Amino acid sequence: MESLTFDLAQQALRDLNQYLHNEAKTASVKKVIVANPDGAHNIAVGLDCPVDVEVVGHAGYYAGGMNKTATVTINGSAGTGVAENMMSGKVHVKGFASNGAGASAHGGLLVIDGDAGLRCGISLKGGDIVVGGSVGSFSAFMAQAGRMVICGDAGDALGDSLYEAVLYVKGNIKSLGADAQIEPLTETDISALKELLSAAGPAFAEHDPKSFKRVASARSLYHWNADANQEY
Amino acid sequence: MCGIVGLLVKKPALRERLGELMVPMLIGMTERGPDSAGLAVFTDSLADSSRKISVYSGLTADGADFNWQALGHGIKTHLGIDAKVDAKGNHAVITVQSAAEPVKHWIKEQHPMLHLLSTGRSIDLYKDIGTPAEVADRYDFKHLKGSHLVGHTRMATESAVTPDRAHPFTAGEDFCLVHNGSLSNPNGIRRMLEPRGITFETDNDTEAACRFLEWRLREGDELEVALQKGFEELDGFYTFLMGTPDSLALIRDPFACKPAVVAETDDYVAIASEFRSLAHLPGVNHANVFEPAPEEMYVWKA
Repeated sequence: MESLTFDLAQQALRDLNQYLHNEAKTASVKKVIVANPDGAHNIAVGLDCPVDVEVVGHAGYYAGGMNKTATVTINGSAGTGVAENMMSGKVHVKGFASNGAGASAHGGLLVIDGDAGLRCGISLKGGDIVVGGSVGSFSAFMAQAGRMVICGDAGDALGDSLYEAVLYVKGNIKSLGADAQIEPLTETDISALKELLSAAGPAFAEHDPKSFKRVASARSLYHWNADANQEY
Repeated sequence: MCGIVGLLVKKPALRERLGELMVPMLIGMTERGPDSAGLAVFTDSLADSSRKISVYSGLTADGADFNWQALGHGIKTHLGIDAKVDAKGNHAVITVQSAAEPVKHWIKEQHPMLHLLSTGRSIDLYKDIGTPAEVADRYDFKHLKGSHLVGHTRMATESAVTPDRAHPFTAGEDFCLVHNGSLSNPNGIRRMLEPRGITFETDNDTEAACRFLEWRLREGDELEVALQKGFEELDGFYTFLMGTPDSLALIRDPFACKPAVVAETDDYVAIASEFRSLAHLPGVNHANVFEPAPEEMYVWKA
């Protein structure tokens, strides 16, 4: 069987997720289609096999959360926490994503064609995020590892208290967070941008890697500074 | 948690179907707010000399058996004011061809346990404890007609689960507000408003926001100016949805801690905490669906 459809207007979400957790690992089905998602929460969470899932419509909270090796495509928008804690694989949102997209992702690639809400990539731990539109305030807050590409603008306090994650922004940055700084693009950055933009898809590959700014940690918060008097 | 819903229809023919379109929206927010529900609907406006008052008898000893006709007679006998009483169970809309204040004053004096829900020329308000489906059924929400409405499903955090602490809250005339979130300075707002003669009916944090914004409107601020002052004075987490006779207005706190999503077509503007409350609306697959930005004002005109 090439594809299997779960119609959430008729079938329970739990049936879909249990299929994806169990039978999908050994079945010959290449693609699972989720019809009438209608904003349901927890669609295709916790996947652990290289299955291809297409959500035809808008997803609710935590879609594709904890994903490992699977590819989840959402044709509409995604609610809070899409691909949160992703380990590997790919989650692609063709519309906009709400707050906390890709929060804490350890690996994998999250692509958002539209805008992302606030706190996109908060506490990123090694995953990659590519956003076609703009991201809201406090994005990449305390991001520890991984890369984030923002083709539009960034809101307030981008990269506040960054660790070793690196952010690339093409548009305007409303404000940088504490300890985040703009740094010159290196050859390594340009090849990283090429790689990420091309992985995100043909529409992204049209962006010129050289037109991005690199934002990384100034590392001044890494060590306690008694003279800072709690002012950062 | 809590859920908010709002619906404004752009075509007069759809006013007949306002309630029918909204009931699934309200029920869709049951998981976010299972303990109470309510809504305010804005209808065609009464003449300038008339007022309608929504009244709730669930807190009286008689509850749903309250003698509404006797209340109408009492208003006529004691005040010489003709009152049309449209009652259903523990709820009635009393329409008078006079100012509202003497009638409200008399009701409060004679029936201190009756709860006055709303006053105005356009607003009817219903709220009670129970699941959204139970409350919608109790008041036959599916047959409500009007140009726009504001609804709420409550999961109480800041004050007890009682009918008077359910949303929407009202203040003054033809103004209501629903809230998803929690305010951190409601008592400061109260201490600022009470010396100005503004009285509070509950200890609920949302009531402080409602009375603050209505006070600014009454002082002459345009809606946008009042909302800007709200951003400056109200501290906490909030998505607020407000109704006036000719508009719906929405604001979110600067951290967008509480959700909201909008679907707009040529026929309607629908607002909900989550898309799952909008999924049933006709033509929603072709609607412009977006998330309102934090600290922005959204005002839709009826």
